[in-house]
Amino acid sequence: MTDETSTEESVLPDEKREALLAELSESLAENLVESHLRPHEDVWLRVTAESWQDSIRTVKSTGFDYFGFLSAIDWDIAPEGRYEDTEFDSGLDEEDDEPVEIDKSTGYGGGASRFQILAQFYSLSRQVGLILKTDVGEDMTIDTIRDVFSGADWHEREAHEMFGISFRGHPTLQPLYLPTEFEGHPLRKDFPLLARHVKPWPGVVDIEEIPEHLEAQLEAEVMAAFEANGGAS
Amino acid sequence: MTATSDREQMAYVSSQAADARVNVELDTGDMTLNIGPQHPATHGTLRIACQLDGEQVVVAEPIMGYMHRGYEKLCEVRTYPQCTTLINRIDWLGSFANEVPFILAAERLMEVEAPPRAQWIRTILFELSRVANLALFLGDMGVQIGALTPVFFAFRDRERVLNQIEEVTGGRFHPNFDRIGGLKDDIPKGWIEETHSVMVKMRTFCDEMEDLLVGNEIFQARCRGVGVIPPEVALGYGLSGANLRASGVDWDLRRDANPGLAWDQVDWRVWTHPDGDSFARYWVRLQETREATHIIDQLLDGIPSGPIMAKVPRIIKVPAGEAYLSTENPLGEMGYYIVSKGDLGPFRVKIRTPSFNNISIVPWVMKGVYVPDVITILGSLYFILGDIDR
Repeated sequence: MTDETSTEESVLPDEKREALLAELSESLAENLVESHLRPHEDVWLRVTAESWQDSIRTVKSTGFDYFGFLSAIDWDIAPEGRYEDTEFDSGLDEEDDEPVEIDKSTGYGGGASRFQILAQFYSLSRQVGLILKTDVGEDMTIDTIRDVFSGADWHEREAHEMFGISFRGHPTLQPLYLPTEFEGHPLRKDFPLLARHVKPWPGVVDIEEIPEHLEAQLEAEVMAAFEANGGAS
Repeated sequence: MTATSDREQMAYVSSQAADARVNVELDTGDMTLNIGPQHPATHGTLRIACQLDGEQVVVAEPIMGYMHRGYEKLCEVRTYPQCTTLINRIDWLGSFANEVPFILAAERLMEVEAPPRAQWIRTILFELSRVANLALFLGDMGVQIGALTPVFFAFRDRERVLNQIEEVTGGRFHPNFDRIGGLKDDIPKGWIEETHSVMVKMRTFCDEMEDLLVGNEIFQARCRGVGVIPPEVALGYGLSGANLRASGVDWDLRRDANPGLAWDQVDWRVWTHPDGDSFARYWVRLQETREATHIIDQLLDGIPSGPIMAKVPRIIKVPAGEAYLSTENPLGEMGYYIVSKGDLGPFRVKIRTPSFNNISIVPWVMKGVYVPDVITILGSLYFILGDIDR
């Protein structure tokens, strides 16, 4: 049921966002690397790192004057973090002994570097949101946008301490959350999560598999309850 | 207005004195005043280091991190259903509202839609947590300014709302009730009538607050013209919720970017105030609380029948993709940017919290204000520390 409705919706063209994408492709011109549109959801634009500040200015002058947030993504698949306790987490697929597939894709709008900056803006007049991305090069430096949106000040400080990305032109890149003597950048994928080293994660039992001979019975019970609930009220 | 005219008066006096070549001003020098970390106005532990020149603030720098729990990192090593346990604890006064955008974002990636009944009950619980959250603000703002009575009223009446939330979810503060594809359970028998009567009491509470504070001369003198935020500054800092609407910006995600909840099914309005001062922020929140009770009343009468859970696999794997989804929470725009790689848990979660943006304006808005106004402004910006630090 739900599948049908969602496909029907996605068939409807999203004229508002398509027009926006066309307009921004024109105004951003060669600064735009790649774009992605999910109808009735969001528009993703990836711009070149050199033009980051200029692109934000362009977008602001297009009517996107509401600053949502700025953050970064580390696309690296590191031994630490999620894949570290693979033997716990993938307990479900024990039969197939394949190693965890390493997915190197980099999301909507693509990407060529390990770190990406993303920022979200709204246009109040158009009632539409927009997500801008850019790659961060080897030097881990990008222009600040706090002169364009003052709110980016703290978001850039956060990205600086969590990912180690420097913002060119930002006067006060001191830590926001972490103590000054803290070493490392916690949100990088290669930063160890010590709690997982100290003791095994008890949460894995949550997704324990039901024995096969009980599965059909349980499914029937759940469905009966589901039907009863749906019919009764 | 008092702050401005006093300052003008001081400038006048000193210019007169300069003309007469008499130095009447004592050398005040710079003094650093720490506000917090344990001040009640901080709703948690936030320190504000103020550099003062006499009674005026030169630089105010919020120092946080006392409560940083690293939720973005922790979400990366949990499954989707396990994440909601953490997310409940971001804004602890309106917990249920925190879960909704996360669940909706995951549902969007999975292309699952909760049945209408679940969406309606979600909306009701969402608005109930708004009432519970804002009720505390309405009383608490009085305490910041020196009026002790309102907060007792607030705690008394908020309890009624929390009881209603508890009756459905089993938790007063951390319901953990929302599931991908629907809700954990249906509402209990007789709950609709009880909630109606609680809403009547909450409206009485709003009237009491209006009498006690909004109509109070001292309250007005302390709040009017204090901490004025012009709309273009508010937009640049990404202020949201009542803070934005009190600056005259007509923007409410419930109306303008409804992610599929039942707000478009009922009749309500968005309240704005043109002044942008502390008083406006209080007034807008008061109206919003009242409006929320009306929304709940209408929703309660129209809950559709049907199942409360869509068909979802027992083990939830979210397909690869990215989604940003935000809702209008009691404090403002709360959003989650989820990056999924098709695993049991998210690859990266960026939590966009309202208080983080709302409080980032503090250095701007506190420049030049007087020390007592610091507390008024902090109180009226209304933030929860868990919501800043995450």
